[in-house]
Amino acid sequence: MLDMLQYEFMRIALVSAVLIGLTAPAVGTFIVQRRLSLLGDGVGHIALTGIGLALLTGTSPLLGALAVSVLGAIAIEVLRARSRSGGDVALAILFYGGLAGGVLLTNLEGGGTSLQAYLFGSISSVTLSDLYVVAALAVVVFGVVLLFGRELFLLCQDEDVARAAGLPVRFLSVLIAATAAITVVIAMRAIGLLLVSALMIVPVAAAQQVTRGFRATMLVAMGVGVLSAVTGLAGSFQYDLPPGPSIVLLALAIFLAAVLGGSVVRRRRAVPAPLPGEARADARAEAEVRGG
Amino acid sequence: MSPAPPFQMTGGRVRYDGREALRGVDLRVGAGEFVAVLGANGSGKSTLVRALLGLVPLSGGRTEIYGVPPARFRDWKRIGYVPQRLPMGGGVPATVREVVASGRVARQSRWRPASSADRAAVDAALHAVGLADRARDSAHLLSGGQQQRVLIARALAGEPDALVLDEPTAGVDAANQEALAAVLGDLSRQGRAVVLVAHELGPLEPLVDRAVVLEHGRIVHDGAPPASAWTPRAHPHHGEIEMRAG
Repeated sequence: MLDMLQYEFMRIALVSAVLIGLTAPAVGTFIVQRRLSLLGDGVGHIALTGIGLALLTGTSPLLGALAVSVLGAIAIEVLRARSRSGGDVALAILFYGGLAGGVLLTNLEGGGTSLQAYLFGSISSVTLSDLYVVAALAVVVFGVVLLFGRELFLLCQDEDVARAAGLPVRFLSVLIAATAAITVVIAMRAIGLLLVSALMIVPVAAAQQVTRGFRATMLVAMGVGVLSAVTGLAGSFQYDLPPGPSIVLLALAIFLAAVLGGSVVRRRRAVPAPLPGEARADARAEAEVRGG
Repeated sequence: MSPAPPFQMTGGRVRYDGREALRGVDLRVGAGEFVAVLGANGSGKSTLVRALLGLVPLSGGRTEIYGVPPARFRDWKRIGYVPQRLPMGGGVPATVREVVASGRVARQSRWRPASSADRAAVDAALHAVGLADRARDSAHLLSGGQQQRVLIARALAGEPDALVLDEPTAGVDAANQEALAAVLGDLSRQGRAVVLVAHELGPLEPLVDRAVVLEHGRIVHDGAPPASAWTPRAHPHHGEIEMRAG
């Protein structure tokens, strides 16, 4: 297994897998809390147009994807804020436009084979200069989470309360969408655009089966992310499988294990179930005795 | 400090999808005053307090927070807002303490970690609502009444001068209503202004300095709390006639 470290492309891919495993679930925790689980998917579709444009104009696909997906994420956020009902359809149009545009542009350029690599990931495609860009982007993502985490937490809990606390709600909404877009670009080479958002969502879904708090969920999700990204990548090297699906299926397996484990943990803890409507005083007292 | 009151609305109008939810409301809430906003469902109670905070834009008239229109108001640490319900469940879990600590955000710098003053304020808020022993539990697993207390603690953690609560007693059992009354009584005695939306006052009634009754987006009563039997919910028709006459 360790012989894969002899290959430079594998060392590069493993470092980028660690960065993906850390950043995607960290951003994903806010995305899930904000009920925007499909945001990453949408951005992934749009990023493909950026890759197509970059291939056509001969610039770096990574930077093309970055520019177009950040703009796309901002557009999604603006559409979401503007219209409550029409936003849904507007988003769908943006997704399909991005995917169709990307496929068309990459075909025009004659890059039918590289399309497959961008959609589902490819280990050997990550170059050293890509890794530097990915590392810089990961630093940006961590910076956002560390600096704005408290504000983003309140924003994702309740937008009105965030506004009444004087937070710059519009700026923060765009910030989290743009950060999600950056994460998509970080992960796109190894995992592929169609599966990128799985690594933003699935580790968080796994973590919240066994955690009680937000910070704990984020940290456990980052652990799950790194574990599935590194193991999935190693497995895909060993058995010659596409890395994206390997990583995502591993994350899903961890999720299933967490669902089973979580129900056991919850039964042990015997936390009282939430009482719909309202508890009678005696039920509350009993719950407190059991819970405390 | 300037003598401007926490909230002052003059001729406030709000329009939702072509329907007027507020039709010319004049309301002043003085420092340290405890004002209850009463009315039937759809009378515009929630719209009124959300407009006071600038969360819904006015289509006419003006409103000020400590003498400044909401769009230009910057001193948000003086304001605490408790929304109608905890929009929880389904999302990522958060502990009671995490939710309450997020109420400090208006007093914190982006560039510094939480200080000991922050932690002390969160502890005090948790104690005030009697949830110190639940601090490490998931907030969304608590009962409805306890979740309401979590939201109140979040507002308290910011140590506001004025507190706005939207239906804090809705769906809350008698024991939790009494606990809530005790917390709000303490706040009021500390000289903080309280604006509270309610369907009926129940154990909160002795705390109220002034009651404002809304009907179809207009204030139809502003003064002493109407007798319990008059509350719109208990006797809608009777109450309507009585309050119009008064």
